Amino acid sequence: MTQPSPETSRPSVSFGQILQRVFNPDLASTLGSIVLAMIVGAGLIALRGVNPLLAYQALFDGAFGNLNSIAESLIVATPLALAGIGVTIAFRAGVFNVGAEGQLYIGAIASTYVGLKFANLPGYLLIPLMMLTAMLAGGLWAGIAGLLKVWMGASEMINTIMLNYIATFLVSYLVHGPLQEPGSPLGQTAMLPAQAWLVHILPRTRLHAGLIIAVIVSIIAAVVLWRTTWGFHIRVVGKNPIAAQAAGIKVNWILLSALMASGALAGLAGFGEAAGPQHRMIEYISPGYGYTAIVVALLGQLNPLGVLAAAILFGGLEVGATTMESAVGVPSAVVTVIQYLIVLFLIGRGAFDLIRQKLHREKKLEQRT
Amino acid sequence: MNDILSFLTSPVVSGFFSASMRLAAPILLAALGGIYNERAGVLNIGMEGMMLMGSLIGFTIGHITGSLWLGVLAAALTGVLLGLILGFFTITLDANQVVAGISINLLCVGLASFLYRLFYGLGLQPRGSDYGIWNIPGLSQIPVIGPMFFQQSPLVYLTYLIIAVSFIVVFRSSWGLAIIATGENPAAAETLGVNVVRTRYISMVISGALCGIGGAFLSLVATSVFLDNMTAGRGYIALAILLLGRRNPLGLLAAALMFGAADALQLRTQLLNIGIPFQFMLMLPYLLTIVVLSFFVRRTDNPAALGVHFKQGGGES
Repeated sequence: MTQPSPETSRPSVSFGQILQRVFNPDLASTLGSIVLAMIVGAGLIALRGVNPLLAYQALFDGAFGNLNSIAESLIVATPLALAGIGVTIAFRAGVFNVGAEGQLYIGAIASTYVGLKFANLPGYLLIPLMMLTAMLAGGLWAGIAGLLKVWMGASEMINTIMLNYIATFLVSYLVHGPLQEPGSPLGQTAMLPAQAWLVHILPRTRLHAGLIIAVIVSIIAAVVLWRTTWGFHIRVVGKNPIAAQAAGIKVNWILLSALMASGALAGLAGFGEAAGPQHRMIEYISPGYGYTAIVVALLGQLNPLGVLAAAILFGGLEVGATTMESAVGVPSAVVTVIQYLIVLFLIGRGAFDLIRQKLHREKKLEQRT
Repeated sequence: MNDILSFLTSPVVSGFFSASMRLAAPILLAALGGIYNERAGVLNIGMEGMMLMGSLIGFTIGHITGSLWLGVLAAALTGVLLGLILGFFTITLDANQVVAGISINLLCVGLASFLYRLFYGLGLQPRGSDYGIWNIPGLSQIPVIGPMFFQQSPLVYLTYLIIAVSFIVVFRSSWGLAIIATGENPAAAETLGVNVVRTRYISMVISGALCGIGGAFLSLVATSVFLDNMTAGRGYIALAILLLGRRNPLGLLAAALMFGAADALQLRTQLLNIGIPFQFMLMLPYLLTIVVLSFFVRRTDNPAALGVHFKQGGGES
């Protein structure tokens, strides 16, 4: 920039420009969708005969009211962010990975197995080994659907969903069978050795180092998607696979590798759950984080840093929902409804454009007559 | 010969055949709906959610009124509403058809769970009435075929009727031709006077209604209870059956029966305790879906404009 153009050499930027920069259409439509969904949610809560404002206050208190609730929200945000960034990478390549749930389970069980098997290793070796195992296992599990897509043209959407069911049944077998904690009637493995636990990062709370992993992963993912050739290829294939093929990009490889990377991150989320809050593998380690991650990815506009923010919001909603249920008796499922309404409104934002176009056209007609 | 016949008519085996049809019916109904929207060129990935909501609303109305048919009607209307919503997203707004469908499904999981607690609280699970089976005189006495096809719930006979009607509508009526034209080449169909957008909306309405009825079958006939997430992926399996049966009503019947048989087999072997952990038996229908989808489906059968948005009067966008 030796010769600044008149545009960039302008001494000051007006406040309006900054505002435009911050409230770009993406962010505006995201916030608008959240508000609309909360309004519909208020209607559902009123159906239950509860004052929506009281319910929302309980929800917010439960989510972000004090240090402990903030920590709990961030604990839930961690797997949502990791799996959500995974979903983002796949969606960016135009691959519909609906299988984060299964990949999370497989990653969690595989890393727990390694953690128990090599219990005498020191933490600085064991934890990286468990992380690698989780990513490998999740990636390979997703790779099944990836190979079937690339080789046989089979829908990865249906196959990843089917693999979710298979993964949860497989884990159920393992934690009730070969990997069950000796002497325990519960569907869980033995406890991981203490050096395999993720350290707590906030005093007097359960918040663990998984959050730091999630933040690092979101930064790496943003860099990879926008600053590397592979990331560029992923975005090109997602936009137009035929043009990508014509430009010499190995489309099949990009589809497969994006799906496997996606599975690897979901697997890492599984590791975080096993080594973080649980300290072992349990039969129902995820209450549907893999599915919520899809919405988190869409709400984050398929942008890793946006996904991180969306995950924190959704983590808060999930934690606040249980507080709300016990405080004012509104079923926590109403929050699930709000979460998915947000995304439907986001997808449906084209409706506003249509209405505007129509109004515009009518105005023109009026002017003509 | 006699041995074979007595084996096939033994209670265990005829029970298996009968269960195969009963377990096939819900996915068959949803897949039959899929014929319309996919042949018209729109994807309905929201089948799972439509089935689940149909299952809840059908069960509730059946529970209140004690009438199977009012329950079925309510379920169908629920499906229609969801079909119109998804249609608005995909046909009018040109949203990504897969993303919109998945979002509808996930929304319905939460909505069904919320509404169930709203209707029934957290107390005992209500049981629906048993609406019984109808034996078709004469036909139900035929060995093997009788118990399988003609000693069933009236809803199964409705399914046969829908198969026959769908076959005639899609392959023998001018409106069926309009649907197929809309899915293959919407621009050409429009020049011939077919209203593409309306045809696609109607196809989504039919699809939603049949998904709703399929879901109601689960809660009204198959189990007499409603459970959270009781469709358990059947809406997605229906999508696979649709491909396997090549969007032909009779092909779907055969494909759905295969899945019904796999489901019946896993239920029976769980009870028999043959040494295979039950979790592996539970995987069977899902594994079968993956195998079928990957190795027995021809890609070239897809309607040319399937999943492609159409802008009225302006050619394809």
